[in-house]
Amino acid sequence: MALRGNLRDFTITQLLNLINLARKTGTLVVESPSETARVAFREGKLAFAQIGQEDGSLAGILHKANRLTAGQFRSIQQRSRQVSDKELGLLLINAGYVSQEEILANLQQHFTDVVHNLFTWVEGFFHFDNELLPPDDRINVRLDLENLIIEGSRQLREWEQLQDEIPSLDMALKFTDRPGANLRNVNLGVEEWRVVSYINPRNSIRQIASATKMNDLEIRRIVYGLLQAGLVEIIRPEGAPAPPPVRVFPTEDKEEQKSLVNRLINRIRSL
Amino acid sequence: MQTVKMVVTGPFSAGKTEFIRSVSEIDVVSTERKISSSAEKLIKEATTVAMDFGRITVDEDLVLYLFGTPGQKRFDFMWEILSEGMLGFIVMVDSTRPETFREARSILETFRAYAPTPYVVAANKQDKKDAWDIDDMRHALRLEAKVKLLPCTATDRATVKSVLLELLYSILSEMENGAH
Repeated sequence: MALRGNLRDFTITQLLNLINLARKTGTLVVESPSETARVAFREGKLAFAQIGQEDGSLAGILHKANRLTAGQFRSIQQRSRQVSDKELGLLLINAGYVSQEEILANLQQHFTDVVHNLFTWVEGFFHFDNELLPPDDRINVRLDLENLIIEGSRQLREWEQLQDEIPSLDMALKFTDRPGANLRNVNLGVEEWRVVSYINPRNSIRQIASATKMNDLEIRRIVYGLLQAGLVEIIRPEGAPAPPPVRVFPTEDKEEQKSLVNRLINRIRSL
Repeated sequence: MQTVKMVVTGPFSAGKTEFIRSVSEIDVVSTERKISSSAEKLIKEATTVAMDFGRITVDEDLVLYLFGTPGQKRFDFMWEILSEGMLGFIVMVDSTRPETFREARSILETFRAYAPTPYVVAANKQDKKDAWDIDDMRHALRLEAKVKLLPCTATDRATVKSVLLELLYSILSEMENGAH
C-alpha cells in the first residue's frame, strides 16, 4: 500500500521512524502549503535532502558554510552545467580547497538542517516514492536516523511550547518602554541582533523571519528569548486590517460616553 | 435600555467565576462542567467551558454585563467572540500559582491584540499565606509600571469593587486623553 497521507495524522517523526525500521529506499516528498521538501533515503539512512528551490548544490552548500568565497562560488556556478557535484568535489579536493571530510561534514549538516526544519511542519501532505532514488549527480551521505528522530522529538516539544507562547507570526514586535531595558547592556548573539534590527511595529514576525531567512522554529525561539528578557512586546502590526468595528458604547457622543462611565463608577461605588 | 460589557479573563482556576459572582446582582449564569482531566481535577471540581455571565443594573437605562472567559486553552476559540465590543477587561491571576503566570501573560497579550481597550490585572488570592508579593508578580508577569496590578480576593466584594473601579478610572482617563 502506498505510503501517503497528511502530516496531521502522521508526523515527520513517525515517518522517519517507519523509514528507519523498514530500511526503506526512495524519496519522501512533503508538500506544505508554502513549499515542497524532498528527502531521499537509502536502506533507511538519510542520503539527501532539499527544501523548495533553495540551492542544494555542493557549491551552494559550501558557500553558505563560508568554505567558498563569493568569487569562487560565482565562477563555479558559471561552469556548473558541465560539472556534477561529484566531479566538483574531486576538483576542490585535488585543488586543496577543502578535504573530503569537510565536504561530507558540510553536506551532513545541511541535510540535517533540512530535516530539522521539516520537524516544524505540522500541515501538509506526504508520499513516499520507492522509485525515486537519491539523485545521482549529487553527493549522497549515509546518516543514521536515530539521532535525528530523538532530536526531532525534543524539538517538537519545544515547538509546541513556543507555539503556545507565540501563537501567531502575523503579529509585530515593539521595544518595551520599560525603564532600564537597554539593548546595549544585553549580550545578544548574531542571530538575535539580526532579528532586533528588523523590529518595528510595521514588520510582522513572519516578515522578519523571511528577511533573516529563519524558519518558524528559529524565529519563535529568538522572539521568545527577547520576550522573556522583557525587551520586546507583541503588538498588532501597524497598517494591518483592524478587526471589524464593534460598538463599545451605545452612543457616539463623547460627553455621553463619559457620563455613562461616571454612572458606572457611581453604581460600583454604591454596591 | 443601554448595555455595556466588561470581560474577566485569566488562566484556569484564577478565580474569574468567583469574581463575577461577588458583584453580580443575578446568580451568575455559568457554563461550568465537571472536570475530566485528572491533573486539573486536583485544582478544582468544575470549570467554565463557554462563559460566565453576570449583571449589574446601573439605572433604569443602563446595564453592565460581566463576561467571564473559559480559562483552559482548549476553549480559547470563545475568547475573541467574548472580547467583541468590550469596554475593558480584567486579567485575573492566581497569586499562589506562579506556574500560571506565563499563561496569564500570554492571555493578556492575546486580548490586547483582539481589542486595544483599557485593562487591569487583578492579583487574586492575596489573602492566602503563599501568595506572591505584588512587586514580584509585576516582574514575573513582565508588566510595565503604568499597568495597574491590583491586589484582590475574588470572594471579597470590597476588593472586587476596587478592581472594577480602577478599570473604570482607566477607561475614563483614556477617554479624557482622547485615546478611546
